[in-house]
This record gives sequence, structure tokens and C-alpha cells, in this order.
Amino acid sequence: MTPSSLNPFPSPNNAPNKEPNKEPNNAPNDLPKVAPQSESKGLKRVLIGVAIAYLALVLFIPALNVFVQAFNRGIGAFFSNLVAPDFTHAVGLTLIITLIVVPINAVFGLCAAWAIARNHFFGRTLLISLLDLPFSISPVVAGLMIVLLYGRSGWFGPLLRAADIQIIFSWPGMVLATAFVTLPFVAREVIPVLEEVGTDQEEAAKTLGAKDWEIFWRVTMPNIRWGLLYGLLLTNSRAMGEFGAVAVVSGNIIRKTQTLPLFIEESYKQYQTQVAFSAAVLLALLAVVTLVFKEIVERRTKIKQT
Amino acid sequence: MPKISLPWRVTWLYLTLMLFMPIAALLLKAASTSPAEFWRIATDEVAMATYDVTFVTALVTALFNGVFGLLIAWVLVRYEFPGRRIVDAAIDLPFALPTAVAGLTLATVYSNNGWIGSLFAPFGIRIAFTRLGVGIAMTFISLPFVVRTLQPVLQEMEQELEEAAWSLGASRQQTFWRVILPPLMPALLTGIALGFSRAVGEYGSIVIIAGNVPFQDLIAPVLIFQRLEQFDYVGATVLGTVLLLISLGILLVINLLQAWGRQYDA
Repeated sequence: MTPSSLNPFPSPNNAPNKEPNKEPNNAPNDLPKVAPQSESKGLKRVLIGVAIAYLALVLFIPALNVFVQAFNRGIGAFFSNLVAPDFTHAVGLTLIITLIVVPINAVFGLCAAWAIARNHFFGRTLLISLLDLPFSISPVVAGLMIVLLYGRSGWFGPLLRAADIQIIFSWPGMVLATAFVTLPFVAREVIPVLEEVGTDQEEAAKTLGAKDWEIFWRVTMPNIRWGLLYGLLLTNSRAMGEFGAVAVVSGNIIRKTQTLPLFIEESYKQYQTQVAFSAAVLLALLAVVTLVFKEIVERRTKIKQT
Repeated sequence: MPKISLPWRVTWLYLTLMLFMPIAALLLKAASTSPAEFWRIATDEVAMATYDVTFVTALVTALFNGVFGLLIAWVLVRYEFPGRRIVDAAIDLPFALPTAVAGLTLATVYSNNGWIGSLFAPFGIRIAFTRLGVGIAMTFISLPFVVRTLQPVLQEMEQELEEAAWSLGASRQQTFWRVILPPLMPALLTGIALGFSRAVGEYGSIVIIAGNVPFQDLIAPVLIFQRLEQFDYVGATVLGTVLLLISLGILLVINLLQAWGRQYDA
């Protein structure tokens, strides 16, 4: 079992302390909960009320506020914010960075997951912990590391200047920073699935003469597809929303190195709150989609287990 | 399988390029300053004030979320009420919502004329642009950790134990402190540590909701950012190394807590 970690998205597959192979009668998340008789109805109501009130203050009201603020001057104002050139440029750059980062980290994540789940070697637990490091390092420190490597006075600074390649204050640096903070997601989601599926089917395919690539595409892939898909979605969500690490390496040049989250901060600082909230709605919708998808994956895996 | 396969090579190559080299760059840069100089920068007045704001606020919010996270997990696992599934799903929102959006909406809601901030303003309590605002942002982003680490443990806990305690004459308080809480402790502490770790590193939402004034509500990650903007790479590196070492320390504590928690599984 892999130790649960700083993974900000504990997936259905690697919830902490959960046995991988649950007996069906041991997993009833959905059965109606019967409060013990000695617990009074009053106490139950008070506890539910306090929990909801706390969540409302910290979570629900701020989330609702995003949508109210974005539309409080009408749909027209909202849409006119969405066609402003600075905004569309920020969206474009965000999409490009995401389109580069997600496939790269998907390939790496699959390789790492396979290497870790299918091999037993000295230092395996350490490698899993190392893999999680990007989750526990502050994004600003992550950005700082990239600057120290590729900046003007960094390790590769002279080399890059000689070749006339700019990485810091330009999009390649932003890609590197985004790739750093999203590095563990795919591997984290795929490892537990690979471990649960086991090697029987793959070995059967091998004895029947299948090649490695055939085994991967036709045996392994169908088994891990939901975990992989969820990992990709998390990578995508974080890549589009990353702020700290990208802010450090980008220089935040409008219409050049400004992504959507940077655009939001900049608009807010310029007292264009309305514009900031219009952009924020897009990212908030992305978050909602991610959560809905998480629910779907959770149900799929639950059905499979029972 | 000692054969060096392709995935194996890709993994190590990528990890070296993307993870080990950046960390090495930071540590070697930090090592290039003399220990005395390192110590001077790491403990100067402004830096010390940012540690105070960062770590003390993060600790207080983590403990706060510990108490309320336990309550929320309990309510979600043990009680049935309308909208439970939606509330349960919404707990993950702080994981999925980009930090810039969180900072923006929290700064608006908790400002003096915001929905919640305006309730406190008449009493002279300002939330946004103060240390309280930093606390609110940290509370938001670290909220799910305790709930999500506790839920599976609560689900597997046998209610018969509580019923046995009751039938043997234990009061409600005794049952809570002696029967319910002890097996939850490892998961609870793990959740608090995870939340603390996340709050310490947070940048996006805090830089927006805070006034970023030194000695008041300036956090360490924002100070690193400001030093970088002034091209003070040594100053940024020293602070970054301090933060990196502390997060490695927390990571170690979390691993120990989880090892402790697994003892209860058996």
C-alpha cells in the first residue's frame, strides 16, 4: 500500500487508511446512518447546524459570491469582459501551457506509476515520498528553484544566453514551473489502481505471446483508464489554476506572460473587480467540473468493487 | 526485475531534470553563502516577523480546522440529512478552486463592505488586509484535509463500542474522550499536519487578501517573492531554503503519524 500523502486530491482509489480490497459489506458509504438511540435529536440538529454554518462562512458564501459578483452588472457586462484582448490573450496562454504540460506529465506519470507499482526495489518508499515533494514545497519556492536554474545568473544562464534562449520571464519558464507543481498527480492516481489490478492479466497476455506495447494498450490501459483520466483532470485543473510558481517565473507582462490567474490578480489590484470576477467564473466552473467528475469516478470504482 | 526498462529510464530522467536539479540548485545556492551570512539573512527582523505571521497563523488555523473538521466529518459520516451528498462533494472545493479565485472572492466577502466583513466592521474588526484575513485564507485552503483523513477512519469505526460504553454507564463526555477520540487521534493529527503544511506554503490566495505589510500580515512566501522582484536572489534563496527544510520536516512528521495510524488498522 502506498502511504497517503500531501496529495491535495485524495482520490477514491487512495483514500488514506483504506484497504484496497474492501469486502462489499464493509463499504456502505450510502446506507442510511442510524444515530444511536442515546443520542438525542437535539444534539444531532445542533451539530449539523454548526457544521453547515462553518462551511457556509468559509466555503459556500465565498463560492456563491464568485458568481454573484461576475453577473451583478448583467450578462452583457460579463460577456464584454470576456472579449477584451488582455483577457483572451491570458486565456490563450493558459491553454497553451496546459496543452504542453498535461501530455508530458501524463507520459511521465504512467512511466513512474509502472516503475513503482510493478517493481520492488530498494528505496521504493523513499521514491514515493520524493514523488510527492512538489505538493509540500511552497509554489513560490518552486518558482525560485526554476529561476535559480534557468535565470540570468542561474546554472544554465550563460549557456542559454549564448544560445539566445529566454526561459525566465517567458513561456518556457512558465511551462517548467507548471510541470513542477503538477508532476505527481497522474502517478499518484495510477499507482493504487495498478497495485490493485495485480499482474495476472498482464502475465497471461505475455504467455499468450503479446508484445509489451500490446499488453500496455489492450490489457493495462483498460484497467487504469479511470484513474488515469482523473489524474489528467487534476493535472489540467492545477495547471490552469497555478498562481504562485508561475507568478515568480513569468514577470507578469500583460499580453505576453500573463495567465488567467495572474490576470485575475492584476485586474483586482487595478480595482477592476468586475473584470477579475468574470475571469474567476471560468476557473470556478473548471473547479466544479473537476468535482463532478470526481464524483463520477468515485461511483464507477465503487460499482466495480461491489 | 533488474532489467532497465524504458519507463524506468524515463522516470529517473524526468525526476532528475524536473525535481532533483531544481532542489539541488536551491540548496547549492544557499550553501554558497557563509553560515554567518545565512543566519543573518534567515533571522533578520523582517524575516522573523514573517515566520511569526506564517507559522503561528497556520498553526492556529490548522487547529481550528482540526476541531471543525472533526465535527464536519462526524456529521457527514454519522447523520443523514437533506443535501448531505452535495455538502460532502463540496468539501473538496478548496482543492479544486484556483487559489487566485479563492483569494479574490474571500477578499471581497470579508472586506469592510463585503457580505460577511460588513457584519464585523461596526465592531471595529477588519478582516481583509489584516492578519485575520491571512487566517481566513489559510482556513479555506486547509479545510478539506482533516475531513478527508478522518472520514474513512470514522466509517470503519464500530458503533458497537460506543453503545457498549453507554450501556456500561459512561456519560456522553466520557464516551467521546475515552472511546471515540483515541482511535481517531492519528488521522486527526495527520489531517492537522497536512493542513498546516498546505497553509505554510500558500501564496496565491493570501497575497490577494492580505495587505502584505511587514510586521503585520506579510507571510514568508510573499517576502520571497518581493526579494526576487528586487533581484535579491541570495535573500530569496535563504528564505526559500528555510521554508523547504521546514516542509521536509513536516513531511517527516506526517509519515510518522501515518505509521502510527496504521497500527490501528491491524
